[in-house]
Amino acid sequence: MSQLVRSFILTMILTVIAVLIALPAHIPYNFNIFNKQYTGEIGTPGFQFELFGGQYGFTPKDYRQGLDIQGGVQVVLEADMSEIEVVDRTNALDSAKEIINRRVDQFGIAEPVVRTAINGESYRIIVELPGAQNVNEALALVGRTAQLDFRLIRQTNATTSAEFINSIEDTGLSGSQLERATVQFDQTTGEPVVAIEFNEQGIELFADITTENTGQLLAIVIDDGILMAPEISVPIINGIAEIRGGFTPDQAKQLAIQLNAGALPVPITILEQRTVGAALGAESVTKSLQAGIIGLILLIVFLIAYYGMPAVLATVALFIYIALVMAIYKIIGVTLTLPAITGMFLSTSMAVDAMILIFERYKEEVRSGRSFEQALNQSFGRAWNSIKDANTATTITALVLINPFDFAFLNSGGVVRGFGITVLIGIIVGLFTGVIVIRTLMRLFLAPTEVPAREKLFGSSTTKQVQE
Amino acid sequence: MNILRYRWLYFTISLVLIAAGIGSILTYGLKLGVDFTGGSSLEITVGANTNSKTTPLDLDSLLSEISSPSATPVNSQQIQESAQKIISVGSVQAVDETGFIIKGEPITNEQKNMVISQLETDLGPIEELRFDTVGPALSKELIIKTIWSVLIAIVCITIYIWKQFKEIQYGISATLAMLHDMLMVVGLFSIIGIFWQVEVDMLFVTALLTTLTFSVHDTIVMYDRIRELKMRFPRHSFEEVLNVAVWQTFARSYNTSFTIIVMLAALVFLGGNSIRGFAIALLIGSVTGTYSSPFIAVPLLLETMKWKKKSS
Repeated sequence: MSQLVRSFILTMILTVIAVLIALPAHIPYNFNIFNKQYTGEIGTPGFQFELFGGQYGFTPKDYRQGLDIQGGVQVVLEADMSEIEVVDRTNALDSAKEIINRRVDQFGIAEPVVRTAINGESYRIIVELPGAQNVNEALALVGRTAQLDFRLIRQTNATTSAEFINSIEDTGLSGSQLERATVQFDQTTGEPVVAIEFNEQGIELFADITTENTGQLLAIVIDDGILMAPEISVPIINGIAEIRGGFTPDQAKQLAIQLNAGALPVPITILEQRTVGAALGAESVTKSLQAGIIGLILLIVFLIAYYGMPAVLATVALFIYIALVMAIYKIIGVTLTLPAITGMFLSTSMAVDAMILIFERYKEEVRSGRSFEQALNQSFGRAWNSIKDANTATTITALVLINPFDFAFLNSGGVVRGFGITVLIGIIVGLFTGVIVIRTLMRLFLAPTEVPAREKLFGSSTTKQVQE
Repeated sequence: MNILRYRWLYFTISLVLIAAGIGSILTYGLKLGVDFTGGSSLEITVGANTNSKTTPLDLDSLLSEISSPSATPVNSQQIQESAQKIISVGSVQAVDETGFIIKGEPITNEQKNMVISQLETDLGPIEELRFDTVGPALSKELIIKTIWSVLIAIVCITIYIWKQFKEIQYGISATLAMLHDMLMVVGLFSIIGIFWQVEVDMLFVTALLTTLTFSVHDTIVMYDRIRELKMRFPRHSFEEVLNVAVWQTFARSYNTSFTIIVMLAALVFLGGNSIRGFAIALLIGSVTGTYSSPFIAVPLLLETMKWKKKSS
């Protein structure tokens, strides 16, 4: 019994933690009692602590909402790699991604996603801007050609970073004056360096700048972000310079690609664009949520009417399930989209199914005259076989949909994967609540004091009894 | 009562329904979304509340609203004519009185903006709800990848059930029942599509995957009972065992499904417009997924087992 109480307490602690995590980070409230107005916000408490010199903590955050929920824009960009050598393509794609990332960051969107997808011969960048209010501006920002220019950083006594930025000077030298950048290796040390070469206009300007500012830093700026700031060690008259910085060959290659492009390292075209107005998303969320809550209430009423006391326990288990699932979504950052929510819905029904399986078994065992303890053990043992087999099959499907090894011939993102992930999480948590939690609860709260009482617990049953 | 005695009746009913569905697909086709066809789809609301952020409130639009356009309902014909000035319009569908979906070849964001402003000039304030553009290559890729996922999932599940229940007949029957369910969903969806505005898009694919999962889940629970009863009552005929197993799992099967159907029905009737088609597909899937376990998968198991005996 004491072990039972212990696992009950552990479950409850876990649930409380899960609820705290699962709560929205900010819940605004606004109510009026006795003519006094109370407004403010409550939400998940955050905490920070230090342990053995390491910083740990938890900062409350909100659920990641997909575009179909909060509105926003998703674009799939295709990079035209025909001009780029096969070995450099991945690098080129990555630096294009970096540049787009920087631009998106400037736009100030809460959780932008910029990722690459390579599939055979196609190189893509997928940009998701959830909650983007001004889609046209955002698109222009993502697709425009980047500005590459060179700026002088005067060595000042600036201490803060803000002052540091202020001491940057335009030089008039930009990407259009750059002829090419190549990776070379230092003949004596073998260290990779990036050689840059300017065109006719650039040679003169570069010579002036380097002569007047020897010893200063010349920043290479892309889209107003400093890529790097090498020091001008000697005046360079012929327009051919070397940038050294202890690069690895890969870093040097990437820098060369970025410089060469002066912009995006590869030309990109918009392959797909999806824009969802915030209004539409809000509508589908509110209505689905209402429908979900009404459905859930009906479900609980039905279960309790049919199974009586055990269903009350099942309801408790169901809430624990929901809290755990939501907490996990938040921790691993599952993006909530309509398909993902469907997956959650499906797995919730399977968690309920596990409990119904157990209850039906329990009913049968009680009917055949077993004691409470025996009936409980038998029903869990037998129901477990079905639960295990059915959930294994579902897990297989979920894994195929998630495509964890990123096989190129399967979906590697988006709708289908999101669905698979929520189904998988739901199955795992469902096994925990549908078997372990419900078992603890049934043992604790269902143990009969007298024999007839427990028959009543199940209410009246109308199912046909089959003669074996 | 011997539920299996009428198995040919169940098969007939299912075949008739599936045939009707396929007939509908062949005659009316499926309404494919841009996810699959490629192209652009622009969903708008005409004469939307002018307070919304996307439509700036100015005197002109206010005056034009008072003077009439949005007071008289706009029809798809007007939308088509107006948008046609900028792009070549494939079709205009009315979602409800004020909501429309304009479809056509892929267009850029700039072209879309021009269409919107043209519509606003002609018909009053427009709210843009959704704009999707999918290149033809991508839509083709999506179809192929999705088919691969489904095929691999089906093969894996068949093998799993085969290994788990020791005989391939189990795997085949469960898989056939699952295909039955998916055909039902697609077919009935096509029939519903004749009357209502529902579209096959990625959400629909999710609904199909859900049906697949749900169907197998239900069938396995029934198989499990068959396996258990077979061991407990080795002297009874296979048909008797199947019949008892079906009866014994009935309550569980229908209680589970009932809970799901309740939630989905709530979603169909109360959920938003944008997910109604999806909820309908899920609802069909869960009804047929429940039906197919006792009425298709188990009778098929009986038939395949008989066939195996005959051939050996």
